[in-house]
Amino acid sequence: MHALTLPAAHLFDEMLLPSGVVRPHYQRFAQWLHEQSPKTLAQKHQEADLLFRRVGITFAVYGDESGAERLIPFDTIPRIIPGAEWQHLEAGLRQRVSAINAFLHDIYHEQHILKAGLIPEEQVYQNAQYQPAMQGVALPHQIYAHITGVDIIRHNDGGFYVLEDNLRVPSGVSYMIEDRRMMMRLFPELFSRHTIAPVEHYPSLLLKTLRHATHVDDPTVIVLTPGHFNSAYFEHAFLAQQMGVELVEGRDLFVKNDRVYMRTTAGHKQVDVIYRRIDDAFLDPLAFRADSLLGVPGLLSVYRNGNVVLANAIGTGVADDKSIYPYVPDMIRFYLSEEPILNNVTTWQCRKPQEMDYVLAHLSELVVKEVHGAGGYGMLIGPTASKQELEDFRVRIKSNPSNYIAQPTLSLSSCPTFVDSGIAPRHIDLRPFVLTGREITMVAGGLTRVALKNGSLVVNSSQGGGTKDTWVLED
Amino acid sequence: MLSRTASHLFWMSRYLERAENLARMLDVSFTLSLLRQKSWDTTLEISAPLSTTGTLAMYQEKHGSVTPEALLHFLAWDQDNPASILSCLKNARENAHAVRGQITSEMWENINATWLEVRKLALNQSQNPGQFFEWVKERSHLFRGVTYGTILRNQAYSFIRLGTFLERADNTARILNVNSHLIQPADYNKAPDFYHWSALLKSISAFESYQQIYREEITPATVSELLILRKDMPRALLACMNELHTIFEFIQGENGRLAKRKVAEVCARLGYTDIQEVFDEGLQNWLGRFLKDIQEIGDLIHVAYLDAA
Repeated sequence: MHALTLPAAHLFDEMLLPSGVVRPHYQRFAQWLHEQSPKTLAQKHQEADLLFRRVGITFAVYGDESGAERLIPFDTIPRIIPGAEWQHLEAGLRQRVSAINAFLHDIYHEQHILKAGLIPEEQVYQNAQYQPAMQGVALPHQIYAHITGVDIIRHNDGGFYVLEDNLRVPSGVSYMIEDRRMMMRLFPELFSRHTIAPVEHYPSLLLKTLRHATHVDDPTVIVLTPGHFNSAYFEHAFLAQQMGVELVEGRDLFVKNDRVYMRTTAGHKQVDVIYRRIDDAFLDPLAFRADSLLGVPGLLSVYRNGNVVLANAIGTGVADDKSIYPYVPDMIRFYLSEEPILNNVTTWQCRKPQEMDYVLAHLSELVVKEVHGAGGYGMLIGPTASKQELEDFRVRIKSNPSNYIAQPTLSLSSCPTFVDSGIAPRHIDLRPFVLTGREITMVAGGLTRVALKNGSLVVNSSQGGGTKDTWVLED
Repeated sequence: MLSRTASHLFWMSRYLERAENLARMLDVSFTLSLLRQKSWDTTLEISAPLSTTGTLAMYQEKHGSVTPEALLHFLAWDQDNPASILSCLKNARENAHAVRGQITSEMWENINATWLEVRKLALNQSQNPGQFFEWVKERSHLFRGVTYGTILRNQAYSFIRLGTFLERADNTARILNVNSHLIQPADYNKAPDFYHWSALLKSISAFESYQQIYREEITPATVSELLILRKDMPRALLACMNELHTIFEFIQGENGRLAKRKVAEVCARLGYTDIQEVFDEGLQNWLGRFLKDIQEIGDLIHVAYLDAA
């Protein structure tokens, strides 16, 4: 038998009720788990570790002086989503991403939404992610966010909430695929007992999306990486290989006669679509950060003239900023005339004096985030913060209110996970990847991240988070 | 194919081939040192790998006199020595890492596993040296096998093989060159030292081939002929050059013209050379000239394909 810790009564667990009763969609898995000896499973865990290390699915941790590569811990208990729940999520994601693309096009063209007064102008213009250089630039099919990673959590009311829309260079999709491969390698019998929606065709959907991103027939598509010291390099190489396209670094590209070329053994070759995994600021040292060695001098000018496509577009960050996030439901109503399918988390904007007062008065109950923060850095989790931390944040908020937003402390749902003491509930989130090309496509599921520390709500891999395979059951 | 990618692939296989050849050389030195520990001064043989890899000065500065232990550490495990087996495997792996999208996942898994394992072995270095050299050879064989068995026959494959055969030609020539210092021209056709020359043959997996082809006493002349002029002996210079010539036919583009011409020249010269002509010129001189040619071909390949200009 496995030493099993039951979820606390006030939490939502994906598999178990607080009484220990297994939810219907987990019953076959629970039965299988029951049949396995703890020793076998421990062995499989070791095997997975070994395989991942050999395959080299590692990531470099920023700030780690030794430059060592670490494995993102992988947990063998899958996160299972019933088919009906996924259909709801998928419909909501399509709607959300459509509205966001419409918003981005609008912001960089007529700005109807600002004129209608739905979003204050300064929220856009004062946003560091807003790129004036994109104003009036025509993009093929008006697509800005070709690839979106939407962070979703389930609250203890059982409902799904969108935490964040990642519109710049969302990562993690390679783990989604490798986690699935690993599960199939370790536990093939589980896949004959369940009907699980496949995810391994994601790279082919991505390639299709990228090929559609240009008007050029039979375009040359490439993946642009900052290089093999980047923490997500594995993923860049993985996607390039799976799509069968070149993985290039900035120094492999150059601009000539208003076109982008790559240097090859057979001479120069024109590039049509760049799936770039480099932030806006580093793309072109002539236009953005002059000290960037990662980018391509002159790229922006070629891009503005429509002679190369970047996926995602430059300036998409203006829409995934935490200060714009509260307006996404309004965008959906404004552009699509629909009611939002997915919930937004209630968000207080500290730039509004009234809302800041509320935040300061309830600091110990709230999660406070920097508007431009990412990776779980620069945030305050009120209920678990020390007095000193609360006071520090109070000062920081007061000195720069518009840099902060606050949200209620959402209790992320949990999922049983292997830990030292046996199997215990750990908090998880979900990042589905939405592709926008000729049509919106996505594979069922996404990346489930799990906070491996007991009680922790931080699932980021850079801070000790792990991953799980995500199953959408086809029922 | 991207120039940078081609360069990584080329150097990945060069470094792996180099590690393998170094393991072969060290294996011979250690076997010889076991055979003759009492009656004979083995310093010359033991230190041959230092001369071959051009690291003698660096070694002497660090360790002084040549002892088997210090030499093993220096050439097998020393991370500060860029020519050590550990450094070569590290460089091979790093080059592979930079282009892991262009090689098959089996190839990457294989070369990454080699690196992880050698790093572990380097921690205690307790393994019997002979076993370790065998292991290095085996990993190299395995990688070549995985490459042969899994990768698309495209430009990537061509550049990987260019690296392998250029490095191999270079290494065989160097091994022969170092050993040529041990004999006087007058002794070319004598059998001065069975163990020495048979160990040399074994180091390049040519002992059995030699027996099959010559069925006679091992002499410097026949060994040289086998290692320089036989096109059917996989580690012989002519065989390596013929491989390079064939590989070049598959590499597209006009920019390799000079490299291709140089390889064709060397092929023609070797193909119509008699071993007596080599000896007339002097084995050392001849090999010195050949090594310069190899160097030049390497430079031409860089200019034509690898340096992002």
